Amino acid sequence: MKKKLGVFICWCGSNIASSVDVDKAVAEAEKLDGVVHAENYMYMCSDPGQQLVKDTIAEKGLEGVVVACCSPRMHENTFRKAAGSVGLNSYLLEIANIREQCSWVHQNNKPLATAKAVSIIEGTLDKVKENLPLETITIDITKRNCVVGGGIAGIMAALDLANAGYDVAIIEKEPAIGGHMSQIGQTFPYFHNVPELLQKKIDEVNAHPRIKVYLNSEVEVLDGYVGNFNVTIRTKPAFVDPDKCSACGKCLEVCPVSVADEFNRGLSQRGAIFRYNQTEGARIPVLEQRDCLHFVDVEEAEMDAGAGVRCRACVEACPENAIDLGAIRTLSEEFVGAIVMATGYDLYSPAKMPEYGAGKIPDVIDALAFERLLDPKGPTGGQVLRPSDGKVPKNVVFIQCVGSRDPERHKAYCSRACCMYTAKQARLYRQQVAEGTAYISYMDIRSDSRDFEEFVQAGMEEENLVYIRGRVAKVIQENGFLKVFTSDTLTSRQLEIEADLVVLAMAMEPKAGTRELAKKMNVTIDGDAFLSETHIKLYPVESSTKGVYLAGCGQSPKDITDTVSQALATAGKIQLMFSNETLIADPLIAEVKNDICSGCGICIDICPYGARLMNDFTRISDVNQAVCQGCGACIAACPNKACELINSTSRQFIRMIGDFAGKAEAV
Amino acid sequence: MKYPYFPGCTLYTKAKKLDDAGRECSLKLGFELDELKDWTCCGATFPLVNDQHITMSGPTRILADTKEQGNDKLVALCSVCYNVLKRTNHVMLNDEERRAKVTDFIERDYHGEVEVLHYLQVLRDEIGFDALKEKVVKPLAGLKVACYYGCLLLRPVKEIGLDVMENPTIFEDFIRALGGEPVEFPYKIECCGAFQAVHSMDTATRCSRDILNSAKDSGADLVITTCPLCQFNLDDRQPEIQKSDPGFSSIPILYFTQLLALALDLSAEELGFERNLIDPLPLLREKGIVS
Repeated sequence: MKKKLGVFICWCGSNIASSVDVDKAVAEAEKLDGVVHAENYMYMCSDPGQQLVKDTIAEKGLEGVVVACCSPRMHENTFRKAAGSVGLNSYLLEIANIREQCSWVHQNNKPLATAKAVSIIEGTLDKVKENLPLETITIDITKRNCVVGGGIAGIMAALDLANAGYDVAIIEKEPAIGGHMSQIGQTFPYFHNVPELLQKKIDEVNAHPRIKVYLNSEVEVLDGYVGNFNVTIRTKPAFVDPDKCSACGKCLEVCPVSVADEFNRGLSQRGAIFRYNQTEGARIPVLEQRDCLHFVDVEEAEMDAGAGVRCRACVEACPENAIDLGAIRTLSEEFVGAIVMATGYDLYSPAKMPEYGAGKIPDVIDALAFERLLDPKGPTGGQVLRPSDGKVPKNVVFIQCVGSRDPERHKAYCSRACCMYTAKQARLYRQQVAEGTAYISYMDIRSDSRDFEEFVQAGMEEENLVYIRGRVAKVIQENGFLKVFTSDTLTSRQLEIEADLVVLAMAMEPKAGTRELAKKMNVTIDGDAFLSETHIKLYPVESSTKGVYLAGCGQSPKDITDTVSQALATAGKIQLMFSNETLIADPLIAEVKNDICSGCGICIDICPYGARLMNDFTRISDVNQAVCQGCGACIAACPNKACELINSTSRQFIRMIGDFAGKAEAV
Repeated sequence: MKYPYFPGCTLYTKAKKLDDAGRECSLKLGFELDELKDWTCCGATFPLVNDQHITMSGPTRILADTKEQGNDKLVALCSVCYNVLKRTNHVMLNDEERRAKVTDFIERDYHGEVEVLHYLQVLRDEIGFDALKEKVVKPLAGLKVACYYGCLLLRPVKEIGLDVMENPTIFEDFIRALGGEPVEFPYKIECCGAFQAVHSMDTATRCSRDILNSAKDSGADLVITTCPLCQFNLDDRQPEIQKSDPGFSSIPILYFTQLLALALDLSAEELGFERNLIDPLPLLREKGIVS
C-alpha cells in the first residue's frame, strides 16, 4: 500500500530561497510518486511553520513527511516532535538537507541547485516510504556510581554525587586518595594551602556513608552499558591488616630495602614497607611486593641486600601481628549506572630530555620534585635545598615547555598549567631565599584566567623573577655547578647561566596505563592517549561511551580549577541522568537477520562501543540495544550482509543513491 | 666481506692516516673496503635550502655510481662525507620532486637504493662490538678517552639516525670494546667551530677550547673524532688557546681508526702520528700502549 506523503520546503529566509527556486521545487515535488501535498514556507521551523506541518498531517492524513530545510542536526528533533504531537510516528518524518548540502554550496547556479534540491527531496521521500514506525527504547538505571581515580577530580565528583544521595565507589590505584594534588604545597593564584584544603575533602570522603574507597585497586573488567555497568575491581594484596595495625612504624625501621620514594619524586628513600605519604589516610604502611625481599628471587636477595633468605623482618617486628605476607589480591564487583573517568596525568619522563641531563645530574629535577621541596612535610621540611649537597641554591633556572610544544620530538600540545605553577614555584622560592635569583625560561607566558596575569606580573615586580624568552639548548654540570645554555630571543643574545638548581616544567601526559584502561572502558582516546570527549564545545565531559564521563587531566592537561569544574560537571550530568527512572534511547540502531548471520564475529571486533556480543547459545552476534549508537560500522563490515541499520537499510540507501545519480541535469 | 667505500678528498690528503688505519683495520677485522671507482667530491656541504639542487648533483652521482657498480651499500669514514651522502640519499628516497629534478639534471636513474653506512656503524651493526672485542690484541687498558662526536655524525637525527642525538653512546661502546675507558663529558656533541676557522678564527678557537677543557676536566687522556675538520680544529687551535690561557695543557686528538689500529696491534709507525700537532706518542708510551 502506498503511503500518502507530504513535502515541506523551507526558504530559510534567503538562505535557501536565493539559490533554490522554491516554487519550482514544490511544482517538481508534487509530481513525485506518492506525494499528496507539497508547499513552501519562509521559516518552517517557526511556530506558524511547525503548525503548518502539523495541520497538514492531520488534515490530509499524511503517512510520511519530508521537510526540506537545514541539516537534521538543527531541527530533526523539532519536526519529529511536531509530527509526533499530531499522531504521526516520529520516525516517519525525515529531513532533506537542502541548505548545507545544496543552497549554501551552489550559490551561483540556481537551476542546478534547484535540480539538486529536488533530487535530495526525491531520495529522502524514497527513504521515508520504507521507514518503519518505531518506538523509543527504555533502559533501567542503577543509581550508583563508580569513579576511577581518587585525585581531586575523583574526590570532588564523588562528594557531589554522594551528597546528592547516590552511592559512589572510588577506585584508586595508589595506597591513598588525593592524587598529584597531595604532592603540592600551595596553589596559584592565591597561595592557598593545599594540604589543608585537600585534607578536608579527603576526610569528607572517608567519613561519607555513601562513598566506598577501593585503594590499591584498578578496573579489571567493565561489562554492561549505560545505566547498568558491572565493574570488576582488582585490589592488590593487603599485606598489612588496617584493623590490626596501630601505625606504630616499627616495621618501617627494620625493612632492609631502600629504594627511591615515588611520592617524593626520588628526593628521599623508602623501604619496601612504607607510608605512601604524609596524609592522615596513609598512616597505615603499605608493602610494595615489587620491592620486597620476601618476594624476590632468593639468590638475588642474598647478593643484593645480604638480608637473608625470604626476609620476614617486618612480620617479626610487628607487635600487633598485623602483617601477613601470604595475603592475596582480591576481586570485587560494583554495579553502577554511571562512571567518571578521573584517571589523571603523569609528568613526561625527564629521562627523555638527555640534553638537560635529567636523570644524570642530581640537581636537575622536575616540577613535582620541586613541589616536594616546598612541602613542610616533604623530604627537606619545606626548605628549598638542592639534592646533590643539601645546600640552599642561590640561582635557580626554571625551564618551561619541557617536552611540550615540541611536535617534532615530543608533545605538540601545551600543558597549560606550567606557566602558572612555574611562576608560583619561582615566587615561593624567592620568598624563601631572599638573596636568590630565579630565572624562568619561557616561550610565551600563558596566563589566561582570573587573576593569573596579575599573579605573573607580581612575580616579576615584587619577587624580581627574571623571565628570559627562549628555549634552553642544554644543561651541563661543570665544577659542581650547572651551566644552562640558552638564548634571549628578545635581545638576540646567547646566554650561559650558572645555576645551582634547574627545575623542569615537564609536559603532562595521560597516566601510564590510560590507553589500556580506555580500551577496557570502550572510551576513545586521541593521538596522545588523552581520553576523548564527544564534543569539545557542547559535550565536554561525555565520553564516546554513554554513561562514562571524563574529568581532569586524563582528558587534557589542566589546572586544579578546571579539573574541579569538570569534575562537578560530570556529577551534574550524572544527577541529570539519575533524575529519570529510565533512560530513553533512539531505536535507530543495528539489527541482525538471524537467518543470515554466520556468527563470524567480525562485527564484535569492529564495534567501537562494544555493542555487539556473541550469543553463546545461538552462535549469532546480538546487538545490545542500549549500547548501540547506530554508527553503521558493523553493517559495512558484515561479509554476509546480515546486519542492517533500522530505517537506514542498504535497500533504502541504494534507492536514494539512484535518485541522486539520476538527476544530474537542470530541471 | 667487501664493502664499497667512499674515502672522500680529505682522506686522500690531509686525513690520510684516518683512511690508512681504517683500511688496515678492516682487513684485520675480516672485511675489505673496496674503493668506489671514479669517485668525485661529495660536495662537502649539504644544501640548507630546499630549492638548491645543484649541490646535490655530486653526491647523487656518487650514489648512482655505487648502485650501477652493483652495490647496495656504501661506507664512509669522514663525518662530512657521511652526512652529505646520507642526507642526499634521504632526499632521493623521500622527496620525489627534488629527486626528479636532480636525477633529470645529471641524467641518471637513482631512487635512493643505496644504504649509506658509517664505518662505526659497520663495526656496531655488521661486525658487532662483542666480536670486535674478541679481535682486540692489545686492549687500551687504563686509557681514558673522550669520545667527541661533533655535529655531522648525528644530526639531523631524522635523516641520519645513527644514534640518539642528544645522548649518543656508539663511540663509548666502541672504546669499551677496545678495552679503553670512555669518559663522559658534557661537550661531546657541541660544535668544534667547523668552517668558522676560515673567517672567524676566534670563534673556532673558543669552541675548541670549551670542548677540550671539558674533556680534560672529565679526566680524559686524549680525544678521538671521526671527522677531519674536528680533528683539525681541536688539534690545530691548541697553541692559540695556550696563548690566551697559559695554564692550558695540551691534549692529543686522534682519529678513532688510529686507536682501533693500536688495539689491533698495527705498527704505531704507520699511523702517521707525526702529522698530529700534539704528539700522542709520549702519552701512549706512558700508558704502555706503544713501546
